[in-house]
Amino acid sequence: MAVKRVRFTFPEELIREPVIYRLGHEFRVITNIRMADVDEHTGWVILELEGDPDEIERSLRWAEAQGVRVDPITGDVVEG
Amino acid sequence: MSFATELRCRECHRSYPLQALHACEFCFGPLEVQYDYDALRRHVSRRRIEAGPPSLWRYRDFLPCDADAAIDIGAGFTPLIHAKNLGKVLGLPQLYLKNDTVNPTWSFKDRVVAVAATRARELGFQKLACASTGNLANSVSAHAAAAGMEAIVFIPADLEEGKIVGSSIYGPTLVKVRGNYDAVNRLCAELAGAYNWAFVNVNVRPYYSEGSKTLGFEVAEQLGWRAPDHCVVPIASGSLFIKIRKGLNELARVGLIDEPRTRMSGAQAAGCSPVATAWAERSMNFRPQKPNTIAKSLAIGNPADGYYALVQLRDTNGDCGSVTDDEIVEGMKLLAETEGIFAETAGGVTIASLKQLVERGSIHPDELVVAFITGAGFKTIDAVAGRLKPALEIDASLESFERAYGALAHTGVA
Repeated sequence: MAVKRVRFTFPEELIREPVIYRLGHEFRVITNIRMADVDEHTGWVILELEGDPDEIERSLRWAEAQGVRVDPITGDVVEG
Repeated sequence: MSFATELRCRECHRSYPLQALHACEFCFGPLEVQYDYDALRRHVSRRRIEAGPPSLWRYRDFLPCDADAAIDIGAGFTPLIHAKNLGKVLGLPQLYLKNDTVNPTWSFKDRVVAVAATRARELGFQKLACASTGNLANSVSAHAAAAGMEAIVFIPADLEEGKIVGSSIYGPTLVKVRGNYDAVNRLCAELAGAYNWAFVNVNVRPYYSEGSKTLGFEVAEQLGWRAPDHCVVPIASGSLFIKIRKGLNELARVGLIDEPRTRMSGAQAAGCSPVATAWAERSMNFRPQKPNTIAKSLAIGNPADGYYALVQLRDTNGDCGSVTDDEIVEGMKLLAETEGIFAETAGGVTIASLKQLVERGSIHPDELVVAFITGAGFKTIDAVAGRLKPALEIDASLESFERAYGALAHTGVA
C-alpha cells in the first residue's frame, strides 16, 4: 500500500460533478480530502490517495481524462 | 552561528525542527524559517554588516545556516544602478535596477542555492539535486562542484544544447527526462520523496527560499538604509517576490531601517501568468496553466507560492503586469539600449511590465522604484537573435567602410 498526495484543480464544467466519489468507486483507492477551496467557478482539493501504487496511478490518469488537472502538492518542481 | 530557531507552518503555525522538511504534516502549508529576532536585534548593526564581505554572506546573521561553513562562490552584493536613461523614457526619475545578472552563474539563483547548499551540507546531505530548464541547474551544478558534493540535475530531454553546457561544465550527473512538462514535474516530485538527497527547491526549500531575502537586504543597504517605495519583481514560483519583502521587514524588525511601506508589484509573461490572471480577475485562487512563453525561466504554471504572491499584491497595494513575447523582446532591447544591461527574457518581462504598470498609472512618477533584473541575456540569445540591427559587412578597405557607413548615415541611422 502507498499513500500519495496530489492537488486536483477542477474546471468550471466539473464543479458540479462528484469526481472524487466516482474515483473511489471505480478504483480500489481510499480517498481522503485534506484541504479544499471550491466555489461555483473553480476549485482545488488536496487529496490523499491510499492503495496499490499502480491503482493510484490509474485512478489519477482517469481523473485527468475527466478533465481534472492533477499536480504534485509541492507546486511545480521544475524551475527555470 | 545562526539565529534560526525553528520551521513554522505559514498556515497553521505548527512548529517543526530545522530539518529537511518543507510542508506541514497537518495542513500541507509551506514551512518557513523563524529566527530569534530579539537576539538578532542585539547582535546586528549597520556597521557590522558594512564590514562584511562583498557577497550575500554579509547578511549571515539573517540566514538559516552557519556562514563560517558557507559554500561561497561569490553570490550576491550585486550593483544597484540609478537607471537615469530608462527612467527618463518611462517618466520615473527615481528608477533603480538591481542587476543580478552578474552573479557567478549569471542569475539570482546563486543566492538561493548558496544558502540551500550550505544548509544541506550541514544536515549531512552529500547529494544536491534539482529539476530545471536553465538557471537553477547551472547554479546547483556550480555550487555542488565547489562544495565537493555530487549534483544530480534533471532536465527535459528536449532542452537546447546551449542551455545544457552551462550546467555540464561543472560535472553534474545530468538526467534528461523524456515526457511533457507535467510528466517531468510529476517524476521530480516523486524523486524528491523517494531519495535521501537535498532537492534544493523541495525538501530544503525553506532554507533555499531564504536566500532571496538578501536582495531585499542589499537594496535597502545600497539605498542608504531605507526601503524603496515600490518594487517590481518577476514572478515564477512567487518565492522571490515574497522573500524580498520579508528581507525588508526583517531589517525593520531589528531596527536597521524604518518600517517599510513598500508596494510590491509583480511581472509575468502572458504565456504563463497564473498570478497575473487571478489578480486581474480579483481572485485569490489562481488556476494552474500550461506555460507557453519565451520567458522559460518564469515558466511555472503551478506556482508553489502563487497564493502568497496574490496576498502580497493585495496587502501592499501592488499590481501585476502581464506581457506578450513581443513586449518581452522589446523590454530586453529597451534595457540594453538605455542602461547597457543585457538581461535574459525574465528581465524583458520585468521591464515590459514596469512600462505597462507606469502606463496603467499603477506606478507613480514620484516613487523610488526598484526593478529586479534576475538573469543574464546570453542565456536566452535565441529570443532576440534576428530581431536586432544587423551588422554592416564591408571589404577590408577604407572606401568600402565609408560607403557602407555613409549609406547608414544617409538614412539617419548612424
